[in-house]
Amino acid sequence: MATQDRRKTGSRPQEVEETEEVPTPAGEPAEQSSAQTEGVDDLLDEIDGVLENNAEEFVRGFIQKGGQ
Amino acid sequence: MGTETEYGVLAPALPNANATVLSSQVVNAYAASVRAGHGNLSGTRWDYTDEAPLNDARGYTVPRTAADPTQLTDAPPVLDAEQIAMEGGGPSALYGEAEDNSVLMNMVLGNGARLYVDHAHPEYSSPETTNPQDAVLWDKAGDAVVLTAMRHIAATPGFAPVHLYKNNTDNKGVSYGAHENYLVPRSVPFTRLVAGLLPFFVSRQVICGSGRVGIGTSNQRRGYQLSQRADFFETEVGLETTIRRPIINTRDEPHAVAEKYRRLHVIIGDANLSEVSALLKVGTTSAVLSMIEDGTAPQIELRDPVGALQAISHDPSLTTLVELKDGRHLTGLDLQEIYLEAAAAHARREGGADAATEDVLSRWSSVVGTLKRDPMAASAQVDWVAKLRLLQAYRDRDGLDWNDARLNLIDLQYSDMRPEKGLYYRLAARGQMERLFTDEQIAAAVTHPPEDTRAYFRGRCITRFPAEVIGASWDSIIFELPSRRRLQRIPTREPLRGTRELTGELFDVSADAEDFVTRLLTGPEPTVAP
Repeated sequence: MATQDRRKTGSRPQEVEETEEVPTPAGEPAEQSSAQTEGVDDLLDEIDGVLENNAEEFVRGFIQKGGQ
Repeated sequence: MGTETEYGVLAPALPNANATVLSSQVVNAYAASVRAGHGNLSGTRWDYTDEAPLNDARGYTVPRTAADPTQLTDAPPVLDAEQIAMEGGGPSALYGEAEDNSVLMNMVLGNGARLYVDHAHPEYSSPETTNPQDAVLWDKAGDAVVLTAMRHIAATPGFAPVHLYKNNTDNKGVSYGAHENYLVPRSVPFTRLVAGLLPFFVSRQVICGSGRVGIGTSNQRRGYQLSQRADFFETEVGLETTIRRPIINTRDEPHAVAEKYRRLHVIIGDANLSEVSALLKVGTTSAVLSMIEDGTAPQIELRDPVGALQAISHDPSLTTLVELKDGRHLTGLDLQEIYLEAAAAHARREGGADAATEDVLSRWSSVVGTLKRDPMAASAQVDWVAKLRLLQAYRDRDGLDWNDARLNLIDLQYSDMRPEKGLYYRLAARGQMERLFTDEQIAAAVTHPPEDTRAYFRGRCITRFPAEVIGASWDSIIFELPSRRRLQRIPTREPLRGTRELTGELFDVSADAEDFVTRLLTGPEPTVAP
């Protein structure tokens, strides 16, 4: 897991301590896997409601002029 | 260092809208928002005096007649009446209090940044910062700036909503950039920068690519790749940024004391939504640059850098091998590990790195380690992994093939700047993206400049003397004062001066702009800003 790796490198500055609460998604115990699936279903339900209507037309309409 | 973001721009209700007009609406809407909040006139002319986009770091200047028109970035863009009329309500209607009813194409912001129309995109160029963490904070401030502009347009009667996307391609053959700039001592030979950076830039996408659905500049093949930009690069080294894009850009336009510095203009990066990805992008590059300066960068030569860039991008399993000139075959992760170990050794030799660098090195080590074990486990940190995880969940649930339009929409909407629509923001709201900054810190960076560079001087001049500052650029501020017949141009060619430490008191004690300029030019330390 990311947090363990970071600990190995020792002297971590204090200013980044506040970012530690973020969960890493991989490696949860097996008993949590159904909760995890539920979480994914819930996420996809939310995103279904957020996505623009008519995906094909919307994506086709996203035409940009060149940039750098 | 600093970043530049060209946003993708779309008005769904106006399918044939002129992109330059839409982009200028963003600038004018932000000007109106600032004025509504602070009562300041915030439009400021850009001072083009010191721009030199055709100077090549390899020691020559391209004649204007030989340049692509898009390379001529040292002249102000103009919108003609016909372009404006085409869109009905012109952008100036958003910001109608401008005396001559003109359309603003450029603003210098109170945080020291520049918001302007670049080609056919709104661009936010962050203020100069001294460390990667600050560079990311003021990059994120740009996202908040353009969100404010979008909200203003949407709330203005007669205007169709404008959507902005922090991405780099329309997947129809067009790409636009998210650039980084690093101040490098002029004494470092450019050839050494090229040698040290090529293998690093080819592999950097593994830890900070933003991910893209489709392979090829126009999505000729289906699939998923790490980088938004990789397929748009054609050469190793060159001056252009819009055509024949090079992995290393040679534009030699330092915006600073040219004898002392060059500005390394990095055009190969993806625009990042993830704060950790953005930090890795600028932080690891800074670490590699300091190794190059000290002559301790890894000596690696790729057989075919452009081919390797694309091969690595096209393989989310991260197992593709690319060939070195010495015959070895390595993955992109192997290359990153070589640079990481060299950077850690470099820091140890220096007797330990500063806290900002130590933070970057530990995160770099952590993400490389996670990607080696299971790439999908880095989804809270790395944009391309977060996006792929979401796409894969949709593919699993609905049995979608890679050419399904819904996957393209998810790719696009990941970068939508509206928190209620942008999928990065939806993931972050669920705690699935690691944050480095709070929304409050980002909001503060919208109005406050970094305190340890000349951006402090620029930003405070804009905020404090909005009526008298009539022009600005990276290396100058222009005052128009009633008592002086001529404009007063204050050069700021030294990026590490003009700090709060050097000029904060001057701002505090000056009664007004007249007093400020007089003190600046006649005070005990007349060169306090420049």
